[in-house]
Amino acid sequence: MAAYPSGFKYTKDHEWIDIAGDRGKIGITDYAQQQLGDVVYVELPEVGAKLKQGQSFGTIESVKAVSELYSPVSGEVAEINTSLKDKPETVNSDPHGNWMIVIKLTNPGETRALLDASQYQDLIK
Amino acid sequence: MEQATEAPLKKTPLNARHRASGARMVSFGGWDMPVEYSGGIVHEHMAVRTRAGLFDVSHMGEIEIAGKDALAAVQRISSNDASRLQVGQAQYSGLLSPRGTFVDDLLVYRLAPAHFLLVVNAGNIAKDYAWIVEQIKPVGDAVAVDASSRYALLAIQGPAAQEVLQPLTGVPLDAIKYYWFAHGEVASVRATISRTGYTGEDGFEVFIPPQSADRVWQAILESGRAAGVIPCGLGARDTLRLEAAMRLHGNDIDETTTALEADLGWIVGWKKDDFVGAPALRAQRASGVKRKLVGFEMMDRGIARHGYDAYVNGAKAGTVTSGTQTPFLKKAIGMAYLPVEHIAADTEFDVDIRERRIRARVVPMPFYKRQK
Repeated sequence: MAAYPSGFKYTKDHEWIDIAGDRGKIGITDYAQQQLGDVVYVELPEVGAKLKQGQSFGTIESVKAVSELYSPVSGEVAEINTSLKDKPETVNSDPHGNWMIVIKLTNPGETRALLDASQYQDLIK
Repeated sequence: MEQATEAPLKKTPLNARHRASGARMVSFGGWDMPVEYSGGIVHEHMAVRTRAGLFDVSHMGEIEIAGKDALAAVQRISSNDASRLQVGQAQYSGLLSPRGTFVDDLLVYRLAPAHFLLVVNAGNIAKDYAWIVEQIKPVGDAVAVDASSRYALLAIQGPAAQEVLQPLTGVPLDAIKYYWFAHGEVASVRATISRTGYTGEDGFEVFIPPQSADRVWQAILESGRAAGVIPCGLGARDTLRLEAAMRLHGNDIDETTTALEADLGWIVGWKKDDFVGAPALRAQRASGVKRKLVGFEMMDRGIARHGYDAYVNGAKAGTVTSGTQTPFLKKAIGMAYLPVEHIAADTEFDVDIRERRIRARVVPMPFYKRQK
């Protein structure tokens, strides 16, 4: 089981965001990948797409199900992780290392509403 | 919203074993069942294709029909021709409505000349039993019994199935042909062993008393350890059966789809006397079916799922009934009902995947066929 990095913020929908300056890398948590099972497909937005906090930015499919991905914060998509197109299974093997998008935050104050690592771990107990 | 008044989930005799083994449990057809173990669906799927996997399918229902007129009773409710079964032989069949649609699909085992065992889907046991009792009333001397609680059912599936099971039984497995069965013992437990399955691989299904299920489960895993046999859940069972193009009741066939539309004309005993659904099927055969279940694979990225719409030339033309990314073939495949004008191999159509039209093409079924 992967550890939950203390520097990340987490959502109740099981995404994480790793913020540096005005940018944040976004991925899904170890708990989320365990619940999903074998990931076979990740659908991501275009660079430049504008997202509101809580808005869907893509979908992730495992062998058995489809789930939405929700943005932890508002902002503009600055980068997408194109390696997930051919290696979606790396979301299972290293969920906290394989980010999906980088977002340029437009309202950094929103991060105050997110969970820290210990709050998130309480949530999934 | 889930109903607050749902009945508690039923449990197989192996429920505690699954939980102790780290299985992820889900609700399926009213049962609390393992969907996957810690290795995941892909790992389990590949184990069955390359070695062998062990499934607990004790949730399946068993209905026995016995009495002097048992054959006539089975012939009335089952679409296939049970008179062609010898004692010790089984066949795939449909339990059809008067419209020729599927109340359920099932396996019919001939235990004795006038004693049959029907294996039906877990979620349909009560419905099927009530239906059968009603339909066989006019037949004469035949009684149906819901014997589901008297059986646990294990499936050992994969190319290594025989070598794993053989050390545990005195029954010569080599002598059991595909869709035949024999009685004997497995791990010193009274058992009926049938060469059947729902994976597209060679393998056996083993009927045993529920109180001995855990003992036999453990014995098979122990016997298969060197061969790499692992427990498998319903997730892999679904991806395996889909690669083998086996229909799933509730997904691909149901009370709105006929045996002909499902391309299962081969389980209809056209030559036998009247049976429930026969007039409707004969009429449909004479007038021609309008739609048929076909296999397809996605040409562009995307996975079609149950219930997605299919479009031909921009117009909604059908519905996807099953779909997944298959672990062994590594393609997105599925089954869909399409108008018969559009079912030829290589015909292209679109699937609406979250409001995007993704190209698919009709391919022959099964998607996977094992090397013999």
